[in-house]
Amino acid sequence: MTDQAPQTEAQTAHRSLYAPDARTRRRNAAERRFRLYGLIAVAVGLGFLAVLLTTIVRNGLPAFTQTHVTLEVALPEAVVDPAGTRDPALMAKVYTFGYEPLLDSALAAAVAGQGIDTDMTPARLGRILSAGAPAQVRRAVLADPSLAGQSVTFRLLASSRVDGYLKGRVARADLAQDRNLDPQHLDIVDELRVAGIVRRGFNAGFITGADASESRPEQAGIGVAALGSVFMMLVVLALALPFGVAAAIYLEEFAPKNRLTDVIEVNISNLAAVPSIVFGILGLAAFIQVAHLPQSAPLVGGLVLTLMTLPRIIIPARAALTAVPPSIREAALGVGASKTQAVFHHVLPLAMPGILTGIIIGLAQALGETAPLLLIGMIGFVASTYPDGVASGFLDPNSAMPAQIYEWAKRADPAYYERAWGGIVVLLVFLLGMNLIAVILRRRFERRW
Amino acid sequence: MTDRARAYLAPACLAALAGGMAEARDNVQIAGSSTVLPYASIVAEAFGENFDFRTPVVESGGSSAGLKRFCDGVGAGTIDIANASRPIRAGEIAACAANGVSEIIEIRIGYDAIVFASRTGGAEFDDFSAGDWYLALAERLPLGGTMAPNPNARWSDVAPDLPDAAITAYIPGTKHGTREVFEEKVLLEGCAETGALDAMHAMGMDEDAAEAACIRLRTDGRSVDIDGDYTETLARLDSNPTGIGAFGLAFYENNTGTLDLATFDGVAPSAETVASGAYPVSRPLFIYVKKAHLGVIPGLRDFVEFFVSDAVAGPGGPLAEYGLVPDPELAATRRKVAAGQVMEPAQ
Repeated sequence: MTDQAPQTEAQTAHRSLYAPDARTRRRNAAERRFRLYGLIAVAVGLGFLAVLLTTIVRNGLPAFTQTHVTLEVALPEAVVDPAGTRDPALMAKVYTFGYEPLLDSALAAAVAGQGIDTDMTPARLGRILSAGAPAQVRRAVLADPSLAGQSVTFRLLASSRVDGYLKGRVARADLAQDRNLDPQHLDIVDELRVAGIVRRGFNAGFITGADASESRPEQAGIGVAALGSVFMMLVVLALALPFGVAAAIYLEEFAPKNRLTDVIEVNISNLAAVPSIVFGILGLAAFIQVAHLPQSAPLVGGLVLTLMTLPRIIIPARAALTAVPPSIREAALGVGASKTQAVFHHVLPLAMPGILTGIIIGLAQALGETAPLLLIGMIGFVASTYPDGVASGFLDPNSAMPAQIYEWAKRADPAYYERAWGGIVVLLVFLLGMNLIAVILRRRFERRW
Repeated sequence: MTDRARAYLAPACLAALAGGMAEARDNVQIAGSSTVLPYASIVAEAFGENFDFRTPVVESGGSSAGLKRFCDGVGAGTIDIANASRPIRAGEIAACAANGVSEIIEIRIGYDAIVFASRTGGAEFDDFSAGDWYLALAERLPLGGTMAPNPNARWSDVAPDLPDAAITAYIPGTKHGTREVFEEKVLLEGCAETGALDAMHAMGMDEDAAEAACIRLRTDGRSVDIDGDYTETLARLDSNPTGIGAFGLAFYENNTGTLDLATFDGVAPSAETVASGAYPVSRPLFIYVKKAHLGVIPGLRDFVEFFVSDAVAGPGGPLAEYGLVPDPELAATRRKVAAGQVMEPAQ
């Protein structure tokens, strides 16, 4: 017998409002079960989120600290300015290779100064320092040629393996086969740490810095790639906002309802579902091979992401316009407004919070997109210098945050793996910020009818 | 200016700006082999630090993809240097010439070894011979006068000194230049070493068919092609501790804490054994430079000269420190670069 079947006289006669009968109990149990399923679903979702976030934060946090070595480096004139002219153009002829021995002997002096006995040569000892350290000293000297002939204290990056040791990623046993660092180096690092020469501190360079080559992960930062992302988002905003909103308004308010507009509507929905890699191939063919725009440029990346984002902006914008009740339009038309006036003075302002939310969500999706950038040259060793200005920011080669994370995750040194997770944390902070703006806009301006 | 005029002008200006910038380029562009990518980026970084030019852009994508882009033509819209982990093929030289890239400078930057390693704490592989790999991975073996499906399921079936572990090998996919070296220096060698090649000839197979049979890998899941990078191979080993993977020497040297190396024919890979030729599974790495771009793209000439300088590519330089085996004939390469000596056109 099903629930809906008519009941017999005998059954209704025995029914009490206080003692639930078998059928009511079954129905109540079914409801409780369903609620339980719902709770389980929510709990599983939250559980996954918690696992994801703790993994990201646990793996990513070490990237935000970095080990530095504070050394007093003697800069003999004979090495850094052999011509003796203090002319930066001439001093630039001394390459970073010339500075390396200076740092090695500075470190050896510091080790000896701590009373540590070692039979390692200064060059071997110098493996404790980053391969990027000589460049840092050279930059300082070229910026201020009067430093030649003096002793200057520098805060230099330690090599990624020393940094990994302080973070617990590298153990002595891991170095048994390593060519660059011995366990003996780590003993020295331990002593220098006690003396305060080697210190692990906040890593501002990771947030503001540029990408580095594979031999010095300790120097790599996500700043330049983040700037590349910002320039791409500017392009997306400048193009997708006017085109997307105009298309949505026209289709929703003005377009005649006929077969052609139906086809267009179906196609917009389909475009929103096209995998993003397809837009990358399109961008390669259209913008780089036909239009000859520069490779790896944020302008091209922005154009590709615009194509991808357009349908994803049009659809929520149309939904926001549909949500404005027809009575608003009719009232405006009734007091003599033209169709355009009714739309722009009355409907659009009311639909704006929904449209803006759609745009921000669309931008956030575009910000996290990697696949289309694979094909237009934004993966590799690209984001290595800051752009010179606004035009350079759009046109000179740069990467984007998700592309940079992908690139780091591929590299051989485990220190890059840690930085990839750190990059994810930065990217998530950006996304969270954008979504927060969307929520605030909705809360502040949304109206209900 | 009215608002309307401004609205029309803005996109026009943007288009003009983009068009004007498309032709001029003030940085060197490099693409190609993911094996050469770390070396090229190390040099690019040092070049950006030491010279007044912009830091070159290095993209990956594989040797073939890089050479294809290199051969797209001459002009600022095409790349200046292609990285390759194998020599350029005659067909590629012809394709280049057809697009106007007739003068190519070939530069050998050094050598790289392919090493076989397993996860620390996993199955212990001590030593391989080329024959072991052939017998473990070939699809069909000449057994009893016919080409029979490979019966070997465990390494101990292949050779008694190998561990009793199921055969699972992670080798570079076909889009990698490394795969070619693996086929040529391991599978083909092993095919000849074990006498399988002779057996195939005895069965009446011609030279091409026999060679193809030597390098055809089994498809029952024991040989796994890795199309990504070595980090993917490493991740596969993490989830399958009895597996063995093929890596570049430089990758191994950056992950000595997690990988255990196997010797090959009793020789351990190192800069010395690769340079002397004692370690057999090695290959030269190349960069190909478009001569027409020298003197046109700012910094290209300086970059190439810097790349082959002793301080960079020589022993003790940053490339050797990362894991490149320096080329003993670097001085000759430098002379070649200085003279701008180009490759012979394809026959």
